[in-house]
Amino acid sequence: MKNNLSMPVRYVINILSIIFFLVLGNFLLKIGLFGRAQVSTIIQSGIYIILAVSLNIVVGYLGHIPLGQAGFMAIGGYAAAFFWKSGILGGELAFIIGIIIAGISSGLFGFLISMPAFRLNGDYFAIITLAFSEIIRSVLINFPKVTGGAQGLKRIPKYSNFFCVYSIVIIVCTLIHLIMKSKHGRAILSTREDEIASKSCGVNIRRYKIFAFTISAFFTGIAGAVYATNQGIIAPSEYGFMKSVDVLVMVVLGGMGSMIGSITAAAFLASLPLFLQSVMKSFNNYRMIVYSFILIIIMVFKPSGLFGNYDFSFSAILERIINRLFVSKNEKVHENL
Amino acid sequence: MHRFNWLLIFSQFINGLQLGSIYALISLGYSMVYGIIMLLNFAHGDIIMVGGYIALISILNRFGPFISVFFAISGCAVISVLIERLAYRPLRKASKTSLLITAIGVSIFLQNLAQLIFSANGRPFPASSILKNNKMRFGKINVNSVTIITILISIISMLLLVILVHKTKLGKAMRAVSEDLESGQLMGINIDKVISFTFILGSSLAGIASIMFCCQYPLVNPTMGYMIGMKAFIAAVLGGIGSIPGAVVGGFTIGFVEIFVSAIGFSAWIDVAVFAVLIIVLLIRPFGILGRRLTEKV
Repeated sequence: MKNNLSMPVRYVINILSIIFFLVLGNFLLKIGLFGRAQVSTIIQSGIYIILAVSLNIVVGYLGHIPLGQAGFMAIGGYAAAFFWKSGILGGELAFIIGIIIAGISSGLFGFLISMPAFRLNGDYFAIITLAFSEIIRSVLINFPKVTGGAQGLKRIPKYSNFFCVYSIVIIVCTLIHLIMKSKHGRAILSTREDEIASKSCGVNIRRYKIFAFTISAFFTGIAGAVYATNQGIIAPSEYGFMKSVDVLVMVVLGGMGSMIGSITAAAFLASLPLFLQSVMKSFNNYRMIVYSFILIIIMVFKPSGLFGNYDFSFSAILERIINRLFVSKNEKVHENL
Repeated sequence: MHRFNWLLIFSQFINGLQLGSIYALISLGYSMVYGIIMLLNFAHGDIIMVGGYIALISILNRFGPFISVFFAISGCAVISVLIERLAYRPLRKASKTSLLITAIGVSIFLQNLAQLIFSANGRPFPASSILKNNKMRFGKINVNSVTIITILISIISMLLLVILVHKTKLGKAMRAVSEDLESGQLMGINIDKVISFTFILGSSLAGIASIMFCCQYPLVNPTMGYMIGMKAFIAAVLGGIGSIPGAVVGGFTIGFVEIFVSAIGFSAWIDVAVFAVLIIVLLIRPFGILGRRLTEKV
């Protein structure tokens, strides 16, 4: 007999492991196990994980390449920064509300942009999203009275710490996971596989494309807000094409359509500078060269990325271990037959 | 009251023509490559930067203007053929997504390589040692000689291109391949040769454009290709990608839009205007002004 964990047990296991992870991480940071550079790298990785996971919705699950993620980051960052700097609220509550404002404003823009953008496909889609992101950047530069112009916004209150960043990471990942497991997520996947076939099955592909793009923009905006509060200073020049490519590299390296792939690749690439700093001081000069090389090499030799579209399930692994330990050999042979 | 200034309008028209012809030359490269292998060659803009740097170095090493220009153009051609061989050819059967990502990778690679070699700061381009800029007078109008030469050379290169594509065997092969790659192959066309030739042609035009651009705006920096390339690509899309007259029409349109926007005093909004034009055109005519509609067959 194969043991299957029932769903409530799975939920309990997952929730417990998440709490364990957060508490352990917080504890390790509190006792000062890591230096300042390491802590900031860990937080930085968390931000990139949110970015990569939310870009993965469009690139991996929907099968389109947007090049305008930086624009949504900028909207989220500026929206949250305006709210925080206005000082209406303070403390934890302000952080949460600011993040929600960032997500909603960025999601709104995503929705508005996706309506015209999805009239186009493939390369045209990539270009039009890039165009929108450049427009957003120009607007930020050209209204200096509101946005601080090219200097950007300074003295954004700092709310980010390990606990809140990684709570957001977990919430975002869970939400995306749940969406993708739902009816709507299946519809998005079917759109990627074959538009015409899924259209003939009654999937409103246009609506699902817009939906996927909007939630991707929503989560990217949240990441932008966390990025803004973590940096303290934001300027339009940060949100260029290269920022979008940064995130795209992570998704492509991890494997388009694999959440664990995006998470691993984002964490790896975001912490790479820290590892390599001791080896070579000026890694930052080579960073984009290495990135572009990774992109080309992966596309030439393994277009599916490191993880393909494999997704990780903790409960499934537990199940396998339990089966390995408790199911007798005879039954296993039987099962194999 | 402001008097309607015809002279001003005429000289702005000439400026638009100049900028437009540079964009047209570059967008031809995008358009031809896209027409043949359906690849958005993101690296094409950076070829312009490569051309600029090659010209700069050869001038600094005291090669004459003609040799420098020759070096720049042939350097562009060689590098783009190399890119095609190493990065695009292995992916010819891959999905369009992979191709696009590879092209983005190549573009970033070139930009950052240049940044590593020449540092991120721009370098002044010794424009006067390639083209002396003389003021020319036609009646009451002052025109720079660089402007006239740019327009003339662009028109000559475009005419040569049209002759090449329409009157030679290789051009015929190119047109056949862009019509249908597989049927072309069945008719005995050497696809690899045609594709390499297309890249050579497109990047030589980009090389010419890069010299023209650097003579007008004498500064070379590693990311200069990004915006020019982007706008030229927009021009190609605007005119209908894959169509040679379309690329020219699109290039001039973008040139005029830019000059018009800066002439009415919104020079900070040039990029926004160009992107807005792209978005509007794509929404009204998704296949560009002169493009053909590609219908998807099941």
